Parts: sequence; structure tokens; C-alpha cells
Amino acid sequence: MTTDKKSLRPSATFPQDVLDEIHRAADQGIYEIRGFGAKRDLPTFDDLVLLGASMSRYPLEGYREKCGTDVILGNRFAKKPIELKIPITIAGMSFGALGANAKEAIGRAASELGTSTTTGDGGMTEEERQSSKTLVYQVLPSRYGLNPDDLRRADALEVVVGQGAKPGGGGMLLGHKITERVAAMRDLPQDIDQRSACRHPDWTGPDDLEIKIQELREITDWQIPIYVKVGATRVHYDVTLAVKSGADVVVVDGMQGGTAATQDVFIEHVGIPTLPAVRMAVEALQDLQMHRKVQLIVSGGIRSGADAAKALALGADAVSLGSAAMVALGCNRDVYREDYETLGTAPGYCHHCHTGRCPVGITTQDADLEKRLEPKQGARKLRNYLMTMVLEIQTLARACGKTHALNLEPEDLTALTVEAAAMAQVPLAGTSWIPGKNK
Amino acid sequence: MKTFDLNVDPVRMVNQELHDSPVGGFSINSPEGRHCIACGVDAEIDVTIDGHVGYYCAGMNKLASIQIAGNAGPGVAENMMSGSVRIKGNASQYAGASAHGGTLIIEGDASSRCGISMKGADIIVMGSVGHMSAFMAQSGRLVICGDAGDYLGDSIYEADIYILGETGELGVDCIEKKMTAEHRDSLSDLLIANKIDRSAKEFRRYGSARKLYNFNIDHADDY
Ligand code: SF4
Repeated sequence: MTTDKKSLRPSATFPQDVLDEIHRAADQGIYEIRGFGAKRDLPTFDDLVLLGASMSRYPLEGYREKCGTDVILGNRFAKKPIELKIPITIAGMSFGALGANAKEAIGRAASELGTSTTTGDGGMTEEERQSSKTLVYQVLPSRYGLNPDDLRRADALEVVVGQGAKPGGGGMLLGHKITERVAAMRDLPQDIDQRSACRHPDWTGPDDLEIKIQELREITDWQIPIYVKVGATRVHYDVTLAVKSGADVVVVDGMQGGTAATQDVFIEHVGIPTLPAVRMAVEALQDLQMHRKVQLIVSGGIRSGADAAKALALGADAVSLGSAAMVALGCNRDVYREDYETLGTAPGYCHHCHTGRCPVGITTQDADLEKRLEPKQGARKLRNYLMTMVLEIQTLARACGKTHALNLEPEDLTALTVEAAAMAQVPLAGTSWIPGKNK
Repeated sequence: MKTFDLNVDPVRMVNQELHDSPVGGFSINSPEGRHCIACGVDAEIDVTIDGHVGYYCAGMNKLASIQIAGNAGPGVAENMMSGSVRIKGNASQYAGASAHGGTLIIEGDASSRCGISMKGADIIVMGSVGHMSAFMAQSGRLVICGDAGDYLGDSIYEADIYILGETGELGVDCIEKKMTAEHRDSLSDLLIANKIDRSAKEFRRYGSARKLYNFNIDHADDY
């Protein structure tokens, strides 16, 4: 009997991927846990374009006229603010989720370019302190490995309230990544599934956080800046409360932000995209008259100099990279194909950081796999990528007539879609219409 | 012995002096509930605080011996690494939260979440503790001479809880465990070393059933 083509009509409500997921859930009885970030289609900085100078504004000469990219972070209270040569930092990624070689490669590249790296859940490793000239030390709900010596040898602290991939969720590191060293750093038994808390153990709410920040300042003798990181949800309120709590720098991580292991349902369905988050954060700072006084770092799906330039134009002081930095190190590169296949995936599709079997040696604790990422070579690749981003930012800023990347402004932007115009609050291209603002 | 009066000397100045002193004894008067007193100390100094303290007193203490002749606000001795902190009165929430080492002694009662996320410290409460104490406690010992509120040891890892009095409803994955001779001896040493007039024989031990260590769908009701 031949199949009637009409009877092969797919369901819009139950397309093949939905059917597959229901079958998988029925077989396994547990949500999917995976790495990487949101894979769904979301409004991004691609929906904005920059308005280059012509008659009404003068562009700067490429390569000849200077376009600055340096940025100072955390000069509100700290005696030693962070001075970066480029407005791109490396976001927090834990030793445990990442191997030591990846952490070292990231530290080397960032240091060469005069920017900062960030620790993650699990504490500070000697390798990353040694390789990172400027290191931001995260204070997380789990407090794994947290100690006053590392607080004092950090260049800044970052109190993590949430992250874009899972605002409201705690950390997760599956048993096969808890090696002896990782277990010792976290004071946990080996091989267990580590579920770290989603709330800090010793404060709740902004009034407590204000005192917590005071304690961290006292312990570090008011020397270093204190950042507060939030996952993008109710951004206006969260940024306002972070500033009220005394943050020197606010980090806002959009829903495209990556993770080493989180429930897929969390990654795809909680939080808002980075695009509206930047604008909401800037508005909150402006309402408090703290824009540029408390600096704003934006992360979550930043991939290129264009993304960074647009985030800066919306009012961010710097952007931060996690996933993109890993891609520069070789994530999803078309090598070791058979190892991707063993994981049931292929180059370009991998989100298997949670397995600890990273084919390119980044998110693994396996000694043989780790050898695939030689720290110096990895550092060179990441440095090249960051340098490319900086050149792109300068190209775009000069085209808009700016002598410094931070001089980019919302006026330099226009939106290609109504959604992006509404989210970024810049006019729809070819109109002066900003949805919600004017007619 | 150097004396400070917090009605005159700012907390910042006093903490800086404590941080800059490798040895010595210090007396701090008029704390009057101020926050962050004597936090971040990193030397074998003796500090006595005469009165009630606010949040995070003796936070992240290393090496120092700190006495609080009064009650302590939330987060006393949080993330302590070593040394000792002794409170004559009661302690508020999160006492000894995530403490990695050292000894915290609370002569009165402790409020909720005492020893939350503790990572190796010894915490001795001569009175009772509030609910959710030793939540996600990873290692170390929480010794309770009185009673414990509900959900004691919820999601506990490898920490040991010793208790003399009653427990309320136990936390998820927390069970009563056998008091072996080894546990009794080590508890006895701890009590003697800290001049606690109780016999280790009277205590019961609680710890992890280890059912939550690796996800199992058949235990989903516990999550
Ligand atoms: S290649 Fe490695 S880092 Fe990239 S998604 Fe796969 S496991 Fe993660």
C-alpha cells in the first residue's frame, strides 16, 4: 500500500521535535539537562543597524584617527578600580565546568589584551590567578572554595545573584565532572551530582545585600570594586536594587547567556533577551542619575564587534563573553568528528558540556581530552578573536564619527523590526517611530 | 590590650587596625548592633566585643579568637576559615553559614539556618536551633545541646549533626545514623576541648541518607 501524501501532513502543534521530546521524556522520566545557551530564535542585536556618518556628522579616518576603547570599571567606592584596555571582558566560567587548560588559555588571552577574566562556581584556581592579570572573583550562593585570601588577591568581586541562562536557578555539575580536584575545591564527595543553591546562604533581599557588600568591602579594606550580576528578567527593578545595595558595577546577563549544565526548559523559557535588557538597565541607571557612575556590563549572546558596538551605543560600558570565547577556543569546531558522534551530536550542534566529554578539550576534566586544548595555542586564538572584535568596534565607532567606543549613543542606531524598535527603544528604520513612545 | 569604643571609633577604622595587627588583644566596646565588626581578621589575635552585634560579625574569620559578650545578628562567623568565635548570648539566622573551619560556639540559642552550607567547621549550640539548620551542610559538625526546629539537615551532604534534644520533622535526605565509637570519641574530644559540660554518650547522630546524590526519578518526590 502506498502512503497517501495528504496523510503525511505534519502537525504545527506537534512538529517532529516536539514529538521527539515527549518520547524522550516518556522514556527517561527527567527533563533534559544540557550546556550552551538558548537555541531558539530571539530578537538580537542583528535587528539593529548603526547609522554611519555622512553629511550631518563627520566620520573619522579609519586607521589614522584614534578611536579609544579603554574603560574604567568600579570607581564608585573602590580605591583600585579596574582599568581595561578594551570594553570586552570574559564572563564567569567555573573550573569544574571548564578544564584547567581552558581557564589558562582564557587568562592568557585576556591579560595580553588588557582585559579581565572571571572565576566561577567552585572557587579560584592557582592557574587562573597566575594567568589572569585582572581577575574578577565570583561570590556565589554555593560559596564553594570561597575564602578571604582569594577575596584579597582578586582584582574585583562579583556577587552573583543570577545568570541569564537560568535566572532563579542554582548551579549544576553532574557527577562525572566531579573529579578528585573539583571535589576537594568544593568540599564535596566525588562523583555526586552537585546541585548548588539558588539563593545565598546568608542574605535575602536588597537590604541584606547592602550589608553583605559592606562586609566584603570591610574584608578587602575597600580596595577593590564589587560587581553585582543578575540574570535578565525584571531588569529595571533589579538594577535599581543592585545600585541601591552599593554595587560599583552591575552585570546584566541576557537569556542567550551560556551554561555548562542546566535544564533545557530553563534555558529556553526563563528570562528576557539581551537586547531589551541593555536598554532597561540603562534606563534604570539614568533614572537614578548613576549612568556611567555605576558601570554596566552586558552579556548573553554577544558574538561580534557589531554586537558589542550596539550594546555600547545603547549605553553599556562593556560587554562580556562566555560562549563566544569558548567558540574561539574551538567549541563546535569541525575536528574530532567521531567524538562528537559518540556524544550523539555533530560539529555545529554540540551543547554537550554537561557530559564532561567535550570533543575539543574545553569543558572537560578528562586528561586526554584536555590535551586537545594547548593553553598557549588556545590563548592565541582567543586573542585573535578579541582583537578582531575590537577592530570591528573601532571601525563602526569611527564610521559614526566617534573618537571613543563609549561615545556611541542610541541616536546612532535604528531598528529593522518593530519588535527590536520596541525593545531597544530606537526608531524603526525609515521612520521616527519608537513603539510605545510616539506615534 | 587595646580598647576601642564604636561610639567614637568607626567600624572601618577598627577593622583596619585588626587587619593590620599580627598579634595582640583587643577590646571593642559599644557595638550597639553595628554590622561587620571584626570581619576578615587574619591573625592570631584575641578580640572581645562587649555587647550586641549586627550582621556578619567575625565574618570569614581566620586564626583569631573572637568573643561576643552579647547577642549576634545574622551571619555571625559566616564562611569562617579557622580560629574560634564564641557568643555568650543568642545568634540570629545563618550563624556559621558556609563556614570552612574553626569553631563557633553559641552559648544561647541559634535561629534558623544555623550551619547552612557549612564546609568543615565545628558549630556548637548550647541551646536550640531554628528550622532548616544544616541545610545543604557539606562537611563539619553541628552539635546541638537543645532541640532543633523542622527540616534539620535538609539536603545534607557529609556533615554530621549531633543532638541531645528533640528534632522536629527532619529535612529531606536527613536520617538518624549510628553513633559509632569513633564518632563518640571525636565528639567527646570536641566537647572537652571547648569546655562544654556534656557527655558525648547522650547525643544522637544525624546525617545524609545519600539518596539525593545522583538524580533518580524514583526519588523525585524528595526534590
Ligand atoms: S564542543 Fe565542548 S564546549 Fe562546545 S558545546 Fe560541545 S562540549 Fe560544550
